[in-house]
Amino acid sequence: MDTLFLARLQFALTSVFHFFFVPLTLGLSIFTAIMETAWVRTGKEKYRQLAKFWGHLFLINFAIGVVTGIVMEFQFGMNWSQYSRFVGDIFGVPLAIEALLAFFLESTFLGIWVFGWDRIPKGLHAASIWLVAIGSNLSALWILVANSFMQSPVGFQMAADGSRAEMTSFSELLFNPYVWLQFPHVLTAGVATGGFLVVAVSAWHLMNKTRDEEQFRTSLKFGAIYAFIGALLVSLAGHTQMQEMVHNQPMKVAAAEALWHTENPASFSLFTIGDEKKMEDVFSIRVPGMLSFLAYNNFSGEVKGISELQEEAVAKYGPGDYIPSVITAYWSFRFMVGAGTLMLLAAAVALFKVIREDYTFGKLTGALLLSSFTLPIIANSAGWILTEMGRQPWIVVGLLKTEQAVTPASVVSGAELLTSVVVFTLIYSALTLVDVLLLKKYATAGLHGAE
Amino acid sequence: MDLQTMQIIWFILVAVLFTGFFILEGFDFGVGILLPFMGKDDLERRTVINTIGPFWDGNEVWLITAGGAIFAAFPHWYATLFSGFYLALLLMLVALIFRGLAFEYRSKRDNPAWRSFWDWSIFFGSAIPALLWGVAMANFIRGVPIDASMNYTGGFFNLLNPYALACGLASLTIFTLHGAVFLTLKTTDELHERAMGLAKKLWIPATALSLVFAVYTFVETDLFARLGVNPGAIPIFSVLALFSVIVLLNKGASGWAFVMTTVSIAFSTITIFMGLFPRVLVSSTNPDWSLTIYNASSSQYTLGIMTTVAAIFVPIVLLYQGWSYWIFRQRVTKNSKLEY
Repeated sequence: MDTLFLARLQFALTSVFHFFFVPLTLGLSIFTAIMETAWVRTGKEKYRQLAKFWGHLFLINFAIGVVTGIVMEFQFGMNWSQYSRFVGDIFGVPLAIEALLAFFLESTFLGIWVFGWDRIPKGLHAASIWLVAIGSNLSALWILVANSFMQSPVGFQMAADGSRAEMTSFSELLFNPYVWLQFPHVLTAGVATGGFLVVAVSAWHLMNKTRDEEQFRTSLKFGAIYAFIGALLVSLAGHTQMQEMVHNQPMKVAAAEALWHTENPASFSLFTIGDEKKMEDVFSIRVPGMLSFLAYNNFSGEVKGISELQEEAVAKYGPGDYIPSVITAYWSFRFMVGAGTLMLLAAAVALFKVIREDYTFGKLTGALLLSSFTLPIIANSAGWILTEMGRQPWIVVGLLKTEQAVTPASVVSGAELLTSVVVFTLIYSALTLVDVLLLKKYATAGLHGAE
Repeated sequence: MDLQTMQIIWFILVAVLFTGFFILEGFDFGVGILLPFMGKDDLERRTVINTIGPFWDGNEVWLITAGGAIFAAFPHWYATLFSGFYLALLLMLVALIFRGLAFEYRSKRDNPAWRSFWDWSIFFGSAIPALLWGVAMANFIRGVPIDASMNYTGGFFNLLNPYALACGLASLTIFTLHGAVFLTLKTTDELHERAMGLAKKLWIPATALSLVFAVYTFVETDLFARLGVNPGAIPIFSVLALFSVIVLLNKGASGWAFVMTTVSIAFSTITIFMGLFPRVLVSSTNPDWSLTIYNASSSQYTLGIMTTVAAIFVPIVLLYQGWSYWIFRQRVTKNSKLEY
């Protein structure tokens, strides 16, 4: 068994699965905190009920986020021991800080929040859920500090013997421009993910005229605004990130666009079936000049193509294949942007409805709002696949290749890896099913289900 | 501070994190293991689970932080340990996955089969890590096959040697005792009686296995050779504290008994780390290939950053985690509002 392939498969599986649930907890924690704050400020019972209701759905997801998160933290050492040795001096730091600053905060105050409804004053109780929300989103920040080093290494030098990268500046690591492009994108993705769940579930209650109609109108109002803010900002943040990546990670951009050769002005592909070996389009619909515009806000401007970037990489790093899987990068980018566009549409529809206080839904609008919660999940997964697959063959760009990073097969054999892949696949599939069933049960049960 | 001082500080900090983890998660592992014996019906089982409801997740973060700290401060220790103990860790991860979800999910449906499934998940999810951590600690000190390039060369079954299993059984029973004593503090009426009875019974195997482990350690490892025939106050106090537990329980002094199980766990953990120092993983292949705080550590700059961060945030964490224990200091009864 090819241990590199299995280790990558397991990492992809466990991280994509982990990230099914994490953005939902990032967004729902803030939303729950907003509801409870409204309760503390107005004293209106409906806000307390909604805080409990959304908090309940948050908890069901949070549990999976936590247990799959432990796997993520351990996995670097288990499957990527050479990587851990190579970057531990840098990469371990944000991970340790994440545990100390974020995990303690969210888990302790979540305990206080869940069990403290009748024990501590209202204001303090609302503060607890805000601390949970801050903790969750802080953990996203620190893991992105770690990930950004892999995308765009800064603040380091190579050890004298070349065996590892060593940190030279913590502030450069933290203020890596890549962090501050990624973090707003992930933060707002969380808001959108939480927001669309609120929109979909609230709309369901209104369509089915359940007994909690009045409260779910309020919920839809807040949810529509929240989802709209999330959808709008995540698109803007993503766009900004892409403009920066044209300079920073041109190969990822070229692969995401299936741009085989450098163009000026560069065309934007709407639909391309390409031949990765010959590096040419088999069939393609392209908008002339559009990619240059997206990259530079100007219809002219050179965007580098895959073959030129490959030549540059060979000149810089020596012979080798420096091209990621174009088909993966291209389609994950399109799924992300496509889902993002539909999110803007769905959020606009929801917002239009609540502004007009029109709570009747036609077939098409109904279907759009009910299914809207799947859109961010698609975009989140596709986005991470693009981020990680588009970086290949590097695990740390320019420093270490993925194939050099894996635990030696003499330590973790193919059979052992296969065992863990099978175990995680089985458990994670079962957990998805359980999570979906529980979410469905409590989402449809309405407010009294959470009391 | 020079590099060597910081390497020592981080060795101590990792030891502190493991000690904190064993003390805190130790009693909630114990409560999980005792669940089938404590709760005769669903309401009783819920009551038992709710005694650790607000705490277990925060307690588990001690482990995650220990993992993160090892990664940041001693990358080679992290890489060798986590890749080398692969299947054991997989087993522990699976146990922790089921356990964590069980707390949150068990009372979300009324179906008895559903609840029973998650209750057994809590039992096994607590018992397996409680055993495996003992196995792991014993292997740290006994030594495992490690080659010149710091790679583990044994298999899964190398870890399951009789010495390590003895330590595993000792940690399993001590954590269970610790959990039983915790339950005597957090329950009332029949549950309290039952916890008291279990604690007294558990004291016998916990003490016996700990003594077996201590003697076995003398034979099997260089720990006593390193600490001297008179190993000093800490290991001796660890044993004395454990002896005192039964006396205190018989007097009904649960609070002091809990202090003593805590002291015993803390001091035995410290003893193991003292025996290890300055090594972190002993190589049974060649002593020169052992991982030490000197050859496994991060750079001086990184350790300095980490020291600053820890100096600021560890006290804050201790404060608010302590505060959460203060909020939920009351006993849990069947009439309490049960969230889990």
